[in-house]
Amino acid sequence: MTQHIATLWAKRPTPRGLAVDSPARPVFLALGLMLVVGWLLFTIDGGQFFSQANIVGIQQRSAALGIVAVGQTLAILAGSLDLSVAFLISLSSLIAAETMAEYGVLAGIGATLVVSAVVGLVNGLVITRLKVHAFIATLGVALIIKGVLESRYDGPAGHVPESFQRIGFDRIGPVPVSALLWLAIAVAAWFLLSRTTLGYRIFAVGGDPEVARLSGVRTDRVIVTTHVLCSLAAGAAGLLLAARLGAGAPTVGTDGGYDLESVAAVVLGGTALAGGRGGVAGTVGGVLLLAVLDSSFNQLEINSFAKDVVRGVVLVAALAVYARRRYAR
Amino acid sequence: MRRNLPIFGVLTVLLVAIAIANPYFLEPQGFLAFVKRAAPLAILAAGQYFVIVSGEFDLSVGSLVTAEVVIAARLVDGDPGATWPVIALLLAFGALVGAVNGLVTTLLRVPSFIVTLGMLLILSGAVSLWTDGSPRGALSEQFRQFGRGTIGPVPWSALILGAVVAYVVWLMRADFGRTLVATGDNQTAAALSGVRVHRVKTIAFVLSGLSAAVCAILLGGFAGVSAQVGQGLEFQVITAVVLGGVVLGGGRGSVAAAIAGAFTLQALFTLLNLHGISGALEFTVQGLILIVAVALGTLQPSWRPRRRKPPALTS
Amino acid sequence: MPLDRRYVLAAAALATLLPLSACTTDKPDSASSPRSSAGTKKNTGDQSKFFVQADYDAQLAMRSKTATGPAEKPWEQAIDPQMVDTARYKKAGPYHLCFSNAATNNPWRQVGWKTMQAEVATHPEIKEFTVLDAEGKDDKQISDIAELQAKGCDALIVSPNTTTTLTPAVKAACGKVPVIVFDRGVQADCPVTFIKPIGGYAFGAEGAEFLKQKVKPKGKILALRILPGVDVLETRWSAAKIAFDNSELDVVGVEFTEGDAAKTKSIVTNYIQRHGKIDGVWMDAGATAVAAAEAFEDAGQPVPPINGEDQQDFLQKWKDAKLTAIAPTYPTYQWRTPIIAALKVLGGESVPKVWNLPQPTITQDNLDSYLKPGMPPLHYALCGCEDMAGYPQNWGGKK
Repeated sequence: MTQHIATLWAKRPTPRGLAVDSPARPVFLALGLMLVVGWLLFTIDGGQFFSQANIVGIQQRSAALGIVAVGQTLAILAGSLDLSVAFLISLSSLIAAETMAEYGVLAGIGATLVVSAVVGLVNGLVITRLKVHAFIATLGVALIIKGVLESRYDGPAGHVPESFQRIGFDRIGPVPVSALLWLAIAVAAWFLLSRTTLGYRIFAVGGDPEVARLSGVRTDRVIVTTHVLCSLAAGAAGLLLAARLGAGAPTVGTDGGYDLESVAAVVLGGTALAGGRGGVAGTVGGVLLLAVLDSSFNQLEINSFAKDVVRGVVLVAALAVYARRRYAR
Repeated sequence: MRRNLPIFGVLTVLLVAIAIANPYFLEPQGFLAFVKRAAPLAILAAGQYFVIVSGEFDLSVGSLVTAEVVIAARLVDGDPGATWPVIALLLAFGALVGAVNGLVTTLLRVPSFIVTLGMLLILSGAVSLWTDGSPRGALSEQFRQFGRGTIGPVPWSALILGAVVAYVVWLMRADFGRTLVATGDNQTAAALSGVRVHRVKTIAFVLSGLSAAVCAILLGGFAGVSAQVGQGLEFQVITAVVLGGVVLGGGRGSVAAAIAGAFTLQALFTLLNLHGISGALEFTVQGLILIVAVALGTLQPSWRPRRRKPPALTS
Repeated sequence: MPLDRRYVLAAAALATLLPLSACTTDKPDSASSPRSSAGTKKNTGDQSKFFVQADYDAQLAMRSKTATGPAEKPWEQAIDPQMVDTARYKKAGPYHLCFSNAATNNPWRQVGWKTMQAEVATHPEIKEFTVLDAEGKDDKQISDIAELQAKGCDALIVSPNTTTTLTPAVKAACGKVPVIVFDRGVQADCPVTFIKPIGGYAFGAEGAEFLKQKVKPKGKILALRILPGVDVLETRWSAAKIAFDNSELDVVGVEFTEGDAAKTKSIVTNYIQRHGKIDGVWMDAGATAVAAAEAFEDAGQPVPPINGEDQQDFLQKWKDAKLTAIAPTYPTYQWRTPIIAALKVLGGESVPKVWNLPQPTITQDNLDSYLKPGMPPLHYALCGCEDMAGYPQNWGGKK
């Protein structure tokens, strides 16, 4: 037994060793299975799973979480974690809506992304320069943003012009614009991870920071960059939600539970919480899996408490399956 | 002990600041009221300490506290005779939840962050299902005594806290404590030197579950039945433990300092409240203090030996 | 040396923190500075930006008006109804009703939701009742409302999670199906009817006026609120603020409890310690009223005049401890009305454009008629559910 543990710990994946998509396979299997189960449940219940309304609904419900989760994937792959995304999403939606009401859409997008990037920079610097554990650093930043939200806003604020609201509601056939935005961000992240040096370094730092550092990677810089990207993704989700709501709302991020849910989606997609292994494709699968699950719950009108129980079980069971696969080799 | 000095220094400063703002705090009654208020979080911090020092997280404690209070209310249902059996049941349930967390983490090798996040969802969902959405029944006066009542001038909760502190300090000085720290410090090395890593970690989770049960008994007693009594406690308690200088990732920090961290957090809330910054910027101040305290804590070892050598372990 | 840089950063962070904590201490401390009576600046802060004078006046006036409708069924009564014609929605049954629920995440919504389900069960002409629970998420409720439109509903009932942000979604639904909104409103004219009790201003004023009556001039009042920024709660406080500002009472503190009983008890204990005595407690919701009362008991003091809500545990405490108390309500029986309204609309009967339900106040005189033994501690007495099938066990009570 002891020997067994020792070998487990010794066996570190080489940074590029596991292809980006390999850990994602089970989640897509599960997603396929869930689609069949969902279709069956709908049919038995007298509904239509593959109706346009349901397909659009699934995408609309998952787009914001999907975008945040893509960002969270980058942070987790680099061995970090971001618990500040929920409050940042609220803040972004407010900045977007208030700036857009005053200075127009482009200024709103710009201001939101700048503020998000600054928050990500702070997260990254606190983690790397002050050597604060990511969990505590981002929790602290989350509290700081929470205080700012509560002292500055006492309800929904700002107004999003009709033209920008269309991002939240328009669709091309069965594909909403919001889902396309999510797809674009996911593809960009995939490209970054699999085709660029930075991507290679993210895996290296997440796999073993010490080894990465010794082989010449400036680990601090990589971690800061992933946090900036993660916060930018949260900012984009805030923009999307502002478009959906027509205004900014100080509770939209926390009500959505985007902090822990994004982490859950990432690990459901096969990315290791400790970093260094996984990818964006899995995360997209994880988010879709949660969305199809939700849609089936909706159809069956299962109450929200039962949903929580099922979500908890699915999460732990999925991770147990991943662990088995990993250690069975 | 010397390594814990920073947190005790911060705590002293905060207590002095409270005393200046509110002289009543210096009287035994005022101070004991503060201890009574801090006791539930301090006990929960002691439990969380075991998990964190072994290198894991327990995010399920907030949900578990709520679940325990709701279960207690429904089972006691105002009947004084049910008090002790239900308390026994609560402790058993806490231990069981901890054991499940520990076994899934160690045997199924699921990261504890995820296991306990799943447990958080399962517990809050299951308890609401069981009670159909909102708590039923009522706690008996006898049950509430532990969180609310006093023996002479001393609150029950202060005595319970004292007993818990004595127990955990003893536990950390016993063999268990050394193997626990060794496990958190370097799991492979600990395993190689014969520590039964799975067992030690599972016990840590059981202790955390038990601490949540005791915390629930005190909180339910203090303030009565509520559906949101444990809300956010998981992050508060991890903050407290970390403020005490315990390092996430395991292997470093003392249980006394973790408990002092809980007192520090409670003192901070009290002080912010006294100065009327509750509501608005309270959270911002909290966040800044958390980051700064932890940053100073990690920077500090540079002029002190980074840590004791891991204790020698024989099998 | 890189380490040095880290110290600089930590010091910089500390430096930003210090002035912050320093400046907060400069804030005029409500507690220590001597306070004068009416006429000088009050300690109640600025008026909420949610405050609307016209609504305030209307609600306060409505308190003394008599509602029309069956006397024993307040959920069918209306105050000052302006009826609208619904002939164009008339349609033969049986009906498929849909409901987009904001959440079921607190006891008030739980009691209401159970009452609504019981109401549906009394109408055989409802063949299907489709419900989506948004779990407190605005974004999910927007999707839910869109999804319900594709389910062939004859009428759509919406309990919006947030007023502003749900307005576009409700507007979009209005064109396709008759929409009935209750609890919170939307900023649109298109729903057939909007159902609500009188409202938050009336609630807040009721409690504050009680304290004005019971507490002697210059008495110290502690106001406890749940959270800032929730519209239905802001109105309660802004009405109370007006009442206190026009009184001789001294509001020594306005605190947020986040609805947490333990935090409430700590806050009240702190105030008792600092001021020696608190002469009255105003609350914007009743969930933590018992905890507030217990703080006085534990400090060995009599509980001062206090307002709670129609929650079972508070009513029980009131009776057992013989409190000087009052309980304004935000009745959960309003969850019955949307179903009744939907059937009226589909039957072509006219309904009030704004359906103002009566909002009774529980006083010492009528306490016994509202206190129902055997109900769970967080049950709301004004559920209007006592005569429904499954009462009391479906609401968690004992026979």
